[in-house]
Amino acid sequence: MPEVFSAILVQHEHNPTRLVQILRDVMAAVGELTPKNITAIALGLGLPRARVEGVACFYSFFETEPRGRYRVLFSDSATDRMAGSVQLRQRLLDAFDLKLGEVSRDNLVSIGTTSCTGLCDQGPALLVNGRAIARLTPARIGALSSLIRGGSPVEDWPENLFAIDVHIRRADLLLATPYLPGDLLQAALARGPQGCIDAVRQANLRGRGGAGFTTGQKWQACRDAPGEAHYVVCNADEGEPGTFKDRVLLSDYADQVFEGMTVAGYAIGARQGYLYLRGEYAFLQDHLQAMLQRRRRDHLLGSGILGVDGWDFDIQIHWGAGAYICGEESALIESMEGKRGIPRNRPPYPVTCGYLNQPTVVNNVETLVAAGFIVGQGPEWFGSRGTPRSAGTRLHSVAGDVERPGVYEYPWGVTVRQVLEDAGARLERTQAVQVGGPSGTLLGPSEFGRRIAFEDVPSAGAFMVFDDSRDMVEVIDNFAHFFAHESCGFCTPCRVGTTLIAQMTHHLVQGKGTRRDLKDLSKVALVMKAASHCGLGNTAGNPILQGLQKFRPAFDGKLASTEVLPSFDLDEALAAAREATGREDEDAHFFGEYCAEAANPASALAAHTSRAAPTALSARKSEVP
Amino acid sequence: MSDKLPQPAGLPIFLLDGHEIPFQPGQTVMQAALEAGFYIPHLCFHEEFKPHGSCKVCTVKVNGRTVASCTTAAAADLDVESETSELRDLRKTLVQFLFTEGNHFCPSCEQSGNCKLQAVAYELDVLSAHFNPIFPDRPLDASHPDVLLDFNRCILCELCIRASSEVDGKDVFALAGRGITKHLIVNAESGRLADTKLAVNDKAMSVCPVGVIQRKRRGFAVPIGQRTYDQKPISEVTISRLQGHPIGHAEDQEGDGR
Repeated sequence: MPEVFSAILVQHEHNPTRLVQILRDVMAAVGELTPKNITAIALGLGLPRARVEGVACFYSFFETEPRGRYRVLFSDSATDRMAGSVQLRQRLLDAFDLKLGEVSRDNLVSIGTTSCTGLCDQGPALLVNGRAIARLTPARIGALSSLIRGGSPVEDWPENLFAIDVHIRRADLLLATPYLPGDLLQAALARGPQGCIDAVRQANLRGRGGAGFTTGQKWQACRDAPGEAHYVVCNADEGEPGTFKDRVLLSDYADQVFEGMTVAGYAIGARQGYLYLRGEYAFLQDHLQAMLQRRRRDHLLGSGILGVDGWDFDIQIHWGAGAYICGEESALIESMEGKRGIPRNRPPYPVTCGYLNQPTVVNNVETLVAAGFIVGQGPEWFGSRGTPRSAGTRLHSVAGDVERPGVYEYPWGVTVRQVLEDAGARLERTQAVQVGGPSGTLLGPSEFGRRIAFEDVPSAGAFMVFDDSRDMVEVIDNFAHFFAHESCGFCTPCRVGTTLIAQMTHHLVQGKGTRRDLKDLSKVALVMKAASHCGLGNTAGNPILQGLQKFRPAFDGKLASTEVLPSFDLDEALAAAREATGREDEDAHFFGEYCAEAANPASALAAHTSRAAPTALSARKSEVP
Repeated sequence: MSDKLPQPAGLPIFLLDGHEIPFQPGQTVMQAALEAGFYIPHLCFHEEFKPHGSCKVCTVKVNGRTVASCTTAAAADLDVESETSELRDLRKTLVQFLFTEGNHFCPSCEQSGNCKLQAVAYELDVLSAHFNPIFPDRPLDASHPDVLLDFNRCILCELCIRASSEVDGKDVFALAGRGITKHLIVNAESGRLADTKLAVNDKAMSVCPVGVIQRKRRGFAVPIGQRTYDQKPISEVTISRLQGHPIGHAEDQEGDGR
């Protein structure tokens, strides 16, 4: 076994539950998970080889195929596209004479796409060997291609290329309350573990990750569950396209996040916490590690917290590796245990049987910050904002067609219009807002008076704005491809349904859609909603169902003019045969009204009369002028 | 379905389409229903293995919520709907999804008549795949001297994985990829079945509901037309096969939460 592997395995104590971390480290060390590497890792961990391969092939950032020494992945969120990412991507592809997904012949570079990287307020963005570059412009793409040609390691590239901005546009309870490290721990100590839970429960704090489960109830259930150990996991796998508020919390409010985790650990009786951080946020690593180290030094973490004997709690960072599904709490736990990120069957719930089958609280980053402040400031303080059923505030990641994208903290109950106005959207030209990301709610102008709250429009924190220059079918097609790419594939409805939906929206965007596609789109979306294994599949059809309901003219506009037009292209279907036979002559093509390539009706008609067309098609030739 | 059931005294019951179904603690809705002689269509469920609920063909409505009956714990007073037109339509679409996803050519398939996918499709009146076929590229593996793997037919039920791991103790099979690219792999660096420990007497050889895992030199031993599901629908075959067998009683249950 190569020495570098041995060192990595030793560092992870040959622990199979660390498999995802081990694969990440091996990737960083040697750049690729070759079949031989996988065998070596499996042997080192005593796991069946196929299981290691299965995990390696599950996460987007693990490469089992050869790739370029520089691997460029363009963030493919709707807002990246709106900011021109497709054109910039093409520019880089042209610079290296590559197609998307190809590796250059000299193995120097490969260029592909990845799901939203959480830099929507400063897009378009990309990752090069895992490092994020934001605010892409033609000039930056030019600089990037020079650097790649130059061949120096990404670590040696100019730092300013990798600068990530933080845009906090509106601060309220969480972002504006003065705080000194340790404040919240002192308050927790004064309340006692049960007192902390009671405070969070009285505050009626609901989970900020999307599902909105009552945090106090979660903590109580976990505290009450028997187990050898209890765990706190901070879910920072912020993968919902359009969401970046957790990135901002982790970069500018990391102390509050870690303190919230420590309070949660105190409340439920945990000695170990984990920050499950999405791989896209690798740039936060040094900052967060330094922060953890500083907190240990200051007795805010580690053993004997605040000098209290027996108050032991530490935090480890667990890296994700490009899998949106790991934001689902049980898939996240599977990933932490070194497995494919497949959501578990529930019950049992993580609060009784979570990480390593022990009672585990999994909370969103923002939830933990809010919980910490509630313990520090009291439930009444928290209840001073919000609505009866949605207490407190919520962070919104606002992006898209607005003048001031960034993070806005509002009390729950704010109207969509208010957010639009504050962010500098041109109201009269805004045609849609996607609240809570693709799995959330699509709103049209008639709904801008609605309120963001659990009792009206709930939100997982994203707020994407689309003006009337945007093609909503293209936006929905982008969402559809996102879900198809991110489906874990465990259950039939989501695995096949997301792919069929993406196939059909693609048809529509290409102008090849049929009425049958529209009917099938709803049908598939409804089956996914009803029968899927987890929230991903249950919500992946939302953009389709809401789009068809609220933006029907946009869909109808994409339909090909005749009702009978088949959704596949006869000429395109012959492409494989042409390639195999090396033919490009006229007889190897099928011209006609059923082909996208029919340049003008006259030549199409000429083409048809010059050869025998299938009778079923000829029967309709009278429609051709 | 049986009309008269021996009703063990004292067992709790739930309702399945209005029928009273007795159950043992620890049983799922599917296990109790099958034991009581009521068929719920299914593909990834196998009475000898812990249910994992991936195919979703057994979806029912419990107190108004759609759930997989194979993984939902039976409980007193559940009101379970199964044979409704809404659920039949849902199952039909899911089976069509499976036909759309793989490459299934029933007329030339060695498994025709013994294939659960085909039989469940007939049970649900599936006459076509309806959706545009995906036509995945799934090369065969004929490397093993006694066994042929035809991945074209795989419906990703994971039964061979579970059997090889839990019964045979060999971990010959696993899943790789995700989403629509998810696929069955074997435990060898070469990727070839010949380089695994699979043997013809393994449990993993006998659990495939479709025709992925084939014995070589045994093709068409029973003519098509005279095979299991050619004679009787899968609902009848399943119920009579399981008659008198306890399914998923608490003492047989083990698990890790999946």
